[in-house]
Amino acid sequence: MALDKQTTAKREFKVVGTRPLRPDGVDKVTGKALYGADLTAPGMLVGKILRSPHPHARIRSIDTSAAEAAPGVKAVITHADFTLPDDEDMRDILVNCMAFNKALYDGHAVAAVAAISEAAAKAALKLIKVDYEVLPHVTDVDEAMKPDAPVIERGRQAETVGEGFSENVTSYCEFGHGDIEAGFTRADHVIERSFKTEATHQGYIEPHACLATFTTDGKADLWCCTQGQYMVRRVCSAIMDMEASQLRVTPSEIGGGFGGKTTVFIEPVALMLAKKSGRPVKIVMSRSDVLRASGPTCSSSMDVRIGMTKDGRITAGHAKLRYQGGAFPCGTVEMGAMAAFAAYDLEAVRTQGWNAMTNRPKQAAYRAPGAPMAIYAVESVVDELCQHLGLDPLDVRLKNAAKAGTKASYGVTFTDIGLSACLAAAKAHPHYAAPLGPGQGRGVSCGFWFNFGGDTCVTLNVNMDGTVSVTEGNPDIGGSRASIGMMAAEELGVPFDKVRTQVVDTASLGYNEVTDGSRVTFAVGLATIKAAQAAKAEMCRRAAMIWGIDAEAVTWEDGCAKPSGPNAGDFPPMTLAEIAAVSSQTGGPIAGHHEVNADGAGVSFGVHLVDVEVDPETGATKVLRYTVFQDAGKAVHPDYVEGQMQGGAVQGIGWALNEEYIYGEDGRLQNAGFLDYRVPVASDLPMIDTVILEIPNPGHPYGVRGVGETSIVPPLAAIANAVSRAAGVRLTELPMSPPRILAALDAARPKAAAE
Amino acid sequence: MRFEVAASVAEAVRMLAAEPGTTRVLAGGTDVLVQLRSGLVEPDLVVDIKRIDGMREIRAEDGGFRIGAAVSGAELGEDAGVRALWPGVVEGMELIGSTQVQGRATLAGNLCNASPAADSVPAMVAADAVARVAGPAGERDVPVAQIPAGPGKTTLAKGEFIVSIFLPARPAGSADAYLRFIPRTEMDIAVCSAGVSLTIGGDGTCTAARVALGAVAPTVLLVPDAAAALIGSKLDDAALDALAAACSAAAKPIDDKRGTVAFRKKVAGVLARRAAVIAAERARG
Ligand SMILES: Cc1cc2nc3c(=O)[nH]c(=O)nc-3n(C[C@H](O)[C@H](O)[C@H](O)COP(=O)(O)OP(=O)(O)OC[C@H]3O[C@@H](n4cnc5c(N)ncnc54)[C@H](O)[C@@H]3O)c2cc1C
Repeated sequence: MALDKQTTAKREFKVVGTRPLRPDGVDKVTGKALYGADLTAPGMLVGKILRSPHPHARIRSIDTSAAEAAPGVKAVITHADFTLPDDEDMRDILVNCMAFNKALYDGHAVAAVAAISEAAAKAALKLIKVDYEVLPHVTDVDEAMKPDAPVIERGRQAETVGEGFSENVTSYCEFGHGDIEAGFTRADHVIERSFKTEATHQGYIEPHACLATFTTDGKADLWCCTQGQYMVRRVCSAIMDMEASQLRVTPSEIGGGFGGKTTVFIEPVALMLAKKSGRPVKIVMSRSDVLRASGPTCSSSMDVRIGMTKDGRITAGHAKLRYQGGAFPCGTVEMGAMAAFAAYDLEAVRTQGWNAMTNRPKQAAYRAPGAPMAIYAVESVVDELCQHLGLDPLDVRLKNAAKAGTKASYGVTFTDIGLSACLAAAKAHPHYAAPLGPGQGRGVSCGFWFNFGGDTCVTLNVNMDGTVSVTEGNPDIGGSRASIGMMAAEELGVPFDKVRTQVVDTASLGYNEVTDGSRVTFAVGLATIKAAQAAKAEMCRRAAMIWGIDAEAVTWEDGCAKPSGPNAGDFPPMTLAEIAAVSSQTGGPIAGHHEVNADGAGVSFGVHLVDVEVDPETGATKVLRYTVFQDAGKAVHPDYVEGQMQGGAVQGIGWALNEEYIYGEDGRLQNAGFLDYRVPVASDLPMIDTVILEIPNPGHPYGVRGVGETSIVPPLAAIANAVSRAAGVRLTELPMSPPRILAALDAARPKAAAE
Repeated sequence: MRFEVAASVAEAVRMLAAEPGTTRVLAGGTDVLVQLRSGLVEPDLVVDIKRIDGMREIRAEDGGFRIGAAVSGAELGEDAGVRALWPGVVEGMELIGSTQVQGRATLAGNLCNASPAADSVPAMVAADAVARVAGPAGERDVPVAQIPAGPGKTTLAKGEFIVSIFLPARPAGSADAYLRFIPRTEMDIAVCSAGVSLTIGGDGTCTAARVALGAVAPTVLLVPDAAAALIGSKLDDAALDALAAACSAAAKPIDDKRGTVAFRKKVAGVLARRAAVIAAERARG
C-alpha cells in the first residue's frame, strides 16, 4: 500500500480530535444493548458442558446413555460427534473445545448436553459417566521444560528446539544482532536477574455466550459475543466441515474482550448440539468456566542480562524467555522475544524464546500478547542498573531510546516513532518532580507494541436524505464505531451526527480480520477514508453530469462538489445531500467501497510513571499516582484514546499486584472466581492521568496509530520498579502480592541489620 | 426445594424441626443465595425469618443493645446508640460487601455462615456478645464465640436458630475496633483480622481487654495472652509489642490461595496492635 505522505502534513481537522457522545452509549447505559446471552429463539434449548476435574487424564470411555434418557434432554455430545480437521491449528482449537483422548487441564470440556431447561441440563451432566485414568501433571513452565516432566502430547516439538528439553518444549526462536559478549566486556556494570510472572486472565465482564441454530438443509446461524465474526465463521465451518457461506455469524455487543475473544471456546459445541437436536441451542459460560477453560495469557520465567557504562549507555542486552501457553503449542513467546528490547537502540542484543506445553488452558491473546512480561524483565534490570550507577531512569532511557532509523532487535528499521517524545514529556511533567514521602517509591517503564493492519473491507452508502451509513465488520470494543464514523464525517465534510456506523454479520461484507492488534481505528479507519474518497469521486462525477462539465473539473470541498479550474464559480456548489437527493436521476445509489490488506500500522510506544507506597508491616501496596504518556499518531476521539491508556494501566496494575492463576498440588485451579482472582476495584486506584502525544503515522491518511495494546506493557515494570524502590528490595516475581512483598522485606531485614 | 416465610419464632422452629432433610434459615440471603446458585448447597427447605415480629428491631436493654436477627448492616450502621457503644462491631459489620450487600446482610447470618474470615465475628467475640437461640426446647443464651464449630458448621441443634444478638453494657472509657487485611480495598475476604475491645481507667491504665483474631484458625480465636499484655499497661510500645507477639503466637493459620502461614501470623499481630491503638483513641474520646 502506498504511504499517504502528502495528507499527513499538518492537516486541519474538523471532526477528528473532537469528543462527540458515543453512538452506542444510550443503548448500553439503558440496558437495551444486546450482548451474547441476550438473544432467545423459539424452541431454544439450554446447552451445558461437562468439564474435567483432573489436570491430566486419559479418557478411557464416556457413557452418556443415562443422560440421553433423562427427561428433557434433546442431545448429548462428546468428541465422538466431531471429526478432527486436517489443519493443525483448527485441530487444536477443536480439541480445546472438546477433549478427545485425554483431558489436558482442569476444566477441559469432555461432553455437553442440550436440554429444555437449565435444571434438566444440569441434572443430565451428573448422569454422564467418564472413566478417567489420571496421569501425572505439570503446570509450572520451568518444571514442564525438564526432560523428565510428564509430557502433554508427543510429536509437537519443532526441530529448532535442540537437545536436553522435555518434549513439552514445542518451539525455539532467536532474534538480535551484534556481539553481546564484547558488549558486556565494554560495560562498567552488568546485572543479570531471573524473573517469573503468573498467568493472568483478560477479565472481561461478559462471559462467553452464543446461540446456534442449524437447519436440516445444512445452513447454520450463530449469534455470539466475539472479537471477530469472520474468524468464528472460518474456524467453525472448518470444524463442522461446512462451506463458509452456509454459516452466518452475527456478533453481539461485546462486554470486553482484550484479546480473549479472538478464538472460540463454546461455539462449535453449540453448533453440534443444535445440529444433533435440531433445535436452537444457547450456551453461556459461568465465571468459573471462563477462568478455568477460556484462555488466559502465558505465564513466564525469564533471565535478563544487561550491561551499562557509568554514563548510562547500554552496551549489550540478552534475554532468555520461557513461556507456557497451556496444553497446546503457542507462539506468544516469539512476540515477547521480538518486543523485549524494542525500546532501545542497541549495538549488541540477543533474545531467545522457548514455549512449553503444560496442563493449563490454551492461552488466548491478551493485549500486546507476550510483550508485557518480557519488557517487565528488561525494564526491571535497566532500573536496577540506574539505581546501582546513580543515574536518572528517564535520562538513561532517553540516552538509549530507539528512534527513526534505529535497527530494532527484531530486525526492522523504525520510521517515525514517538518514544523520545514520550520520555521527554514524562521528564517535563510535574508528576516526575513531585516530592515522595517515606515508604514511597517512583517507577518508570517504557512499553512497545507492533500494531497490526490486516484484511479489511468497508462499504459506505450515501443515503438519499443526505445521511451516510458505514458498514464495517469489526466488533466495537473500545468506541470504534464513533471513531470510524468520525473519520467518514471528516473525509466527506459532513457533521458526525449524519453518519451511522454499523457492525454487520459475515454475510453482509467481505472478510475482516478480528478486532485485535490495535488494528481497527487504523485499518478500518483507513478503509473508511478510502471508501469515502470513492464516494466523493462518484459524487463529483454526478455533479459534473448535472452541470454538463468534465468530472475532472469538479472538486470536493467542505462537504460539497464545486466546479473548479476553468469552470470555477460557474455553478453554485452542490452539497452531499443535494447530490444524494437526485441520485436516482443521475445513475442510481451512491456508495464507496474499500478492500485492503492494510500494512503500515506504525509501531507504538508509551512511557508510564507511577508512585506507590508500601506498608512495611503488611506488604500492601497502594498506588498513589499514575501518569501514562503514549503516542497515538492522531487521536481521533481523544476520550477513547485516554480510555485505552487508562484501561491498559489498570489491567497492568492488576497483573503487577494481585492477579494470578493459582494451581494447587492437585493441578486444579483454586481461584476460579472474581473473589480470589483479584482484578483491581475502583477504590484501589487513583485517577489515571494521561498525556497523548501525536507523532503522525506515515502509513495512515490521518496519521493514526493503534493505541489499544501498548498501555498494558509498561505497568508491570513501572510498578515493580516503584515497589522495589519503596521497599528497598528488588522484587522479581509477579504478582507482587502482599505475602510476597512481606516475605521479601523480611528476608532483607536481618541482612540490612547485619550490614 | 420448598420456600416458607415464617410468621413467628414458634412457627419457624416448627418448620425447621419438622423437615427431615437439609434446611437453611434465610436472613439477608447474601450467603445462602450465592451458595444456592453455585450449587454448593441444595437445601430441601428454606425458611425466611425476616417477617417475624421484632426480627428487624434494635432495642436498648440493660445498658446494652439487643439486635434482631434480620437487622441489616446498613440499619445497624445508622443506629447512633450502637455506634457509640460498640463502634468496632459496627465497623466490622459495615466492612461486609458493598452498599447493596449492606442492605441485606445480617450479624446473625455472618455468624451462622461460620466462615473463619467472617468480618463481624472477631469484634462480636471481643465484645463478649451473646446470641439468643430459639429451638424446640425453648430459648437459650449462648456466647457468640460458641456458635461457630468450624468452617461452615455451627453448634446449633436441629430446629434452632438465632433470634437476636445482645451487645452488653460497658463502663465509661471503653471502646473497640476491628481491622482486617485484604489485598484490595473492598469487595474482598479477610486474609486475617483482629478485633480489640478495651477499657481505659482514669489514670490511662488499661483495666479490661479482649482480643479476638479472624481467619487464622477454624473458628475465631480469643487470645487471652494478648489481652493480658494490655491489661495493667498504659498501652506503651512494650505492651503493644507483647500484644502483637501473643497474637502471632496464638494464630494457627493455614497456607492457602489467600495467604501464607508466615504472612497471617505476622499480620495478625500487626492488625491487633493497630486495632488496639484505634480502640484506645476511641476510649479516651
Ligand atoms: C458480594 C458479597 C460480598 C461479601 N463480603 C463479605 C465481607 O466482606 N465480609 C464477610 O464477612 N462476609 C461477606 N459476604 C458474606 C455475607 O454477606 C455475610 O456473611 C453476611 O453477613 C451474611 O448475612 P445474611 O443475613 O445475608 O445471611 P444469609 O445468607 O441469610 O445466611 C447465612 C447463613 O447463616 C444462616 N443463618 C442466617 N440467619 C440465621 C439465624 N438467625 N439463625 C441461624 N442461622 C442463620 C443461613 O442458613 C446460612 O447458612 C459477602 C457476600 C457477598 C455476596
